[in-house]
Amino acid sequence: MGKITIPEEEYMHPGHIACLGCGGALAMRYMLKALGKRTIVSVPACCWAIMHGKHPNFALGVPLVDTAFEVTGASISGMRAALDAKGIKDVNVVGFAGDGGTVDIGIQALSGAVERNTNIFYVMYDNEAYMNTGIQRSGATPPGAWTTTTPVGTTQDWKKAPKKNMVEIMVAHKIPYTATVNVAFPEDFVKKLQKGKDIEGPKFYHAFAPCPTGWRHPPEITVSIAKMATDSNVFPLYEVEGGKYKITRKPKKRVPVKEYLGIQGRFRHLPEEMIDWIQREVDKEWELLLRKEEYTADF
Amino acid sequence: MPKLVITGNYSLAYGAKLCRAEVVAAYPITPQTTVVEKIAEFVANDEMDTQYVKVESEHTAMAALVSASLAGARTFTATSSHGLTLMHEVLIWASGSRTPIVMGNINRAMAPPWSVWADHLDSVAQRDTGWMQMYAETNQEVLDSIIQAYKFCENNDVLLPCMIMEDAFFLSHTSEAVDIPEQKEVDDFLPPFDPPEKLDVDDPKGFCSLVMPDWYMEFRYLMYEAWNRARKIIYDVVEDFEKKFGRNHGALLDTYRCDDADAVLMAAGTAAATCREVVDDLRSKGKKVGLARIRFFRPFPTDELRSLAKEVDSIGVLDRSFTFGHGGAFYSEVAGALYNSPTKPALKNYIAGLGGRDITPNTLERLFEDVLNLPENGPVKEIEWVDLKDAPPSKEVG
Repeated sequence: MGKITIPEEEYMHPGHIACLGCGGALAMRYMLKALGKRTIVSVPACCWAIMHGKHPNFALGVPLVDTAFEVTGASISGMRAALDAKGIKDVNVVGFAGDGGTVDIGIQALSGAVERNTNIFYVMYDNEAYMNTGIQRSGATPPGAWTTTTPVGTTQDWKKAPKKNMVEIMVAHKIPYTATVNVAFPEDFVKKLQKGKDIEGPKFYHAFAPCPTGWRHPPEITVSIAKMATDSNVFPLYEVEGGKYKITRKPKKRVPVKEYLGIQGRFRHLPEEMIDWIQREVDKEWELLLRKEEYTADF
Repeated sequence: MPKLVITGNYSLAYGAKLCRAEVVAAYPITPQTTVVEKIAEFVANDEMDTQYVKVESEHTAMAALVSASLAGARTFTATSSHGLTLMHEVLIWASGSRTPIVMGNINRAMAPPWSVWADHLDSVAQRDTGWMQMYAETNQEVLDSIIQAYKFCENNDVLLPCMIMEDAFFLSHTSEAVDIPEQKEVDDFLPPFDPPEKLDVDDPKGFCSLVMPDWYMEFRYLMYEAWNRARKIIYDVVEDFEKKFGRNHGALLDTYRCDDADAVLMAAGTAAATCREVVDDLRSKGKKVGLARIRFFRPFPTDELRSLAKEVDSIGVLDRSFTFGHGGAFYSEVAGALYNSPTKPALKNYIAGLGGRDITPNTLERLFEDVLNLPENGPVKEIEWVDLKDAPPSKEVG
């Protein structure tokens, strides 16, 4: 038996009602393992608003408050202020929100919270669409994807606009720590969250979390798809600390983007030239990231 | 007890300070700004020990306070008009979360057309959010209402939020002499906030979680019971407050010279202060008139109104807002409360002072005369828009 390389303590218990193969469930589990018992979580409208169970059931071992869709940044600001007023310094305050609740409707409150240098963690579990309401496109849906509001149809009406780069939006706020994490890499996930415990101020995590229901893939390959996302450079793992970029995984053998797209039903309509375009975009972004790392090496 | 000459807005700020609000989250809007500036000054000078979160919108202000209150902190904010209506969603979240937030709202007209002057539509439009609503007549009452509100809102048998209204400029920017209680007196009256449930890592629970149709109604019914208990608790707090501080602004309905009155005018906010003068004037001329001031719009003074209805022949209701498609909100609710009353005085609705227009003693005197004549004149025109320009003195609607 292999050695267990992440904390054994569980704060997410049986009884949660996530779909089979839910990447968002793994994201919560790893986040709680990393931050531990002295953590309070705020969750807006998103899959996790129901996944912890309906009244009177509650599957988590930490206190949690459900809030309105757009207020995660506000809620964690208020919580931190209350704890500060009580002189409680050793409790982690975490906003745990989906991609739509972060990059779209919740971006104002998040921007405000980090601009005020609030001492919080914010984890965006990104399944690249409004999944809880039934797979509608969000600002985090990648170009080319089918969703129920970009239904392809007879006019090639897939998502056309680019995916918002939330990491860069956070970096532009000059917050102390921003990182990408991926449920396929739990050690890296836990390490980056734990690192945040020693950093005063806002910490933002972009967590890659596949959704079998919305991405149209079998639940048992969630982790392999997530791994392919990073190893194809579609979702690079890196962190930005005080403006300094550090790539935390450089794939030795790059997976072609075509393979990553090909095993998901949401991209099955894409013509060859669109897939080539996506590959070129991914290569460009990777190249840019390498240069950012190089340029900021002495920061 | 020091007496300061201060505006209604400073009364709000002093109230929050005296009540030791632990978390303040606020966003500036005219004519509320001097509240948040004064609190900033208190904090900057170390006169107020509070976490002051300078948020990026009113929506965030309220959402932050809900979570802060759930984490066990006493919370305060102030807003006005568009700020209040932007909060609407989270106001409902606050009452459903049973967070006893206290908020000052400076009653200001809603645009369009742009207006920054007094009008009650902003708060009337929040009628169904589950917030208590108090309308102040003086700056002293603004300050005293904050102390009272924390006391009854934080009662474990209540746990509901309250907004305290002051008319834009008529109170917010007008200075009056206000008794500022000693800190110790307020501390004796108002113990620290200690809710029965809160976000606590040593006792992890989920708050505001999903309920299926088999439980939702029960949660709402628990609130209904809390509201019913609140009525008596408000009376108790008003009585205790008077014993401690020597002032009484009335409870739900504040009546003035209504005993033996034939005709009564109902009003809220600063219009009521002008009414008092006119009542005294008319009384000296032998007219039996009185004022019934709506101090609380929520909880609504239903029983108080039915008692009043036994004594008087006619009631005029003055609304400083209008609910399009029906009538003034205060009027509609007064009429509704009296429907099952054994006695039903003649009723009429006056729409006056929208967008900050003055409601003058002359106008009110005419309205009192009109109310006195209601029983005799038979069927009344139900709704009158008062003092319209370029038109006959009154216009009949609906």
